[in-house]
Amino acid sequence: MAQHQVNYASSAGLPIALTTVDKLVNWGRSNSLWPLTYGLACCAIEMMASGASRFDFDRFGTIFRASPRQADVMILAGTLSKKHAEFTRRLYDQMAEPKWVISMGSCANTGGMFNTYATVQGVDRIVPVDIYLPGCAPRPETLQYALMMLQKKIRRESANMKKNTKQNLRLI
Amino acid sequence: MQQTNKLTPFFENLNFERSDNMMIINFGPQHPSAHGQLRLVLELDGEKVTKAYPDIGYLHRGIEKMAENMTYNEFLPTTDRLDYIASTANNYAYAHSVETLLGVDIPERAQVIRTMLLEVNRIISHLFFLATHALDVGAMSVFLYAFREREFGMDLMEDYCGARLTHSAVRIGGVPLDLPANWTNDLMKWCDTVEHELANTYEKLLNENRIWKMRLEDVGVISAEDAQSWGCSGVMLRGSGIKYDIRKEEPYELYSDLEFDIPISDRCDSYGRYRLYMQEIRESIKILRQLVPMYEKSTPQLMAHAPQYISAPKEEIMTQNYALMQHFVLVTQGMRPPVGEVYAPTESPKGELGFYIKSEGEPYAYRLKCRAPSFFHTGLLQEMLVGTYIADVVTIIGSTNIVFGEVDR
Repeated sequence: MAQHQVNYASSAGLPIALTTVDKLVNWGRSNSLWPLTYGLACCAIEMMASGASRFDFDRFGTIFRASPRQADVMILAGTLSKKHAEFTRRLYDQMAEPKWVISMGSCANTGGMFNTYATVQGVDRIVPVDIYLPGCAPRPETLQYALMMLQKKIRRESANMKKNTKQNLRLI
Repeated sequence: MQQTNKLTPFFENLNFERSDNMMIINFGPQHPSAHGQLRLVLELDGEKVTKAYPDIGYLHRGIEKMAENMTYNEFLPTTDRLDYIASTANNYAYAHSVETLLGVDIPERAQVIRTMLLEVNRIISHLFFLATHALDVGAMSVFLYAFREREFGMDLMEDYCGARLTHSAVRIGGVPLDLPANWTNDLMKWCDTVEHELANTYEKLLNENRIWKMRLEDVGVISAEDAQSWGCSGVMLRGSGIKYDIRKEEPYELYSDLEFDIPISDRCDSYGRYRLYMQEIRESIKILRQLVPMYEKSTPQLMAHAPQYISAPKEEIMTQNYALMQHFVLVTQGMRPPVGEVYAPTESPKGELGFYIKSEGEPYAYRLKCRAPSFFHTGLLQEMLVGTYIADVVTIIGSTNIVFGEVDR
């Protein structure tokens, strides 16, 4: 039998790292952001490209999920029409807390070039948005940057669920 | 009592003996395999689909209505957002219609560049089809491989026009820019790569793959009569044994001078269509290889000379008073095409794409209608899906290669 003898006092100190619960929980949350595949229009293609071989989203612990029950972040990629808006809200409500929303592309941000009778002029009328991502369509690098910004934001948040529950927010 | 060692389901109070045993399920509008915002209402008898109803309109953005309030040049970037996988095909189809209406002749170099861009877009679109279709059926590695080559094609487009997805690389009357230095060399290298990967990666992975064949063979069968009566075009039509390609039937640009074949298949199923897509990539590469010498021979004029519709070259605007006046009117008011209506079909990667334009001589189109191939292929789903199993629904949707920007417009 092998016997391990570690001299805690001399080599690397005690095998203990001190941290806060907030930091530990947020470290976990921010590094395993699973987005819901919410491809709506053109931006969905760039979202797919981000997940594919060149840009490789898996590096960030970001794996696309098809079910809102398994997802942490909703990437709204593309034009949201009024016909679809109801489903967006329903899927958002089905996601478990804590949850975040990235609005990808001009259409999702403000309606973009489609200022018509059929489109929702910004998804923030339907769901609370954390990150707005400009561009038409934004490059995959932009989406990666947005995700990194979201990770930064999560790391600053309190891990206490009650404080940042979005259900309590009143929407317009 | 429930027997724990047996896998038969045990239900205490539930009774499944109902006369009406149909189940209605909603497929979409947010479904990762629905290729956009397709909502299918399926009536199932066990696992068999007895009725299918495609519900569209979830991506309706009013693009055709927007065209009525935009000048002709303003509308061109909007066409990018129709079939966003091959934007240049839309740009071209629109520009081609307007040019037919105006009756302008396109200089040769612009034609060569346009044909090149169209074929690059065709390869990009077909690779995307392969990637998503394989992903839906379950071959994830093909998705990763096909996207790798597709990214190189996107780099080519980016080198030319600066955009990855929404190109707007074609203008009414020509193209805005000449090819950058070394672009044709990169193009040839990319063609070699795609050809090599096609034979050694995709087809080796899929052609004789048992699972792939089981999932695709005799799935999504559409007879030649059905394909014709439902208004199919592109690979959906050629996959049913009808040799019809607009590039041969009504040649536009340089297609009449180029040598290429129209591959057809008599299999009428998803597997035959997959083979056709692969064949078409090879034909596009063949076309691209012929275009490079044609580019080198052409004279460097990029925009058509029709100063009443299209701004004159910068030199003329700066030196001639009348050209400047015409340019000013074109910029501030927009071009006024002659009164009339036009429909010019083109062969987009997905099928027949054409814009119908009715002009009353105003800077705005009186009516613009986009004839998009995906719309007809979506309608076909209500017949194709009946009698198939629910597991095949995803294969059939993938095989039709529909894009919802184009369907709902």
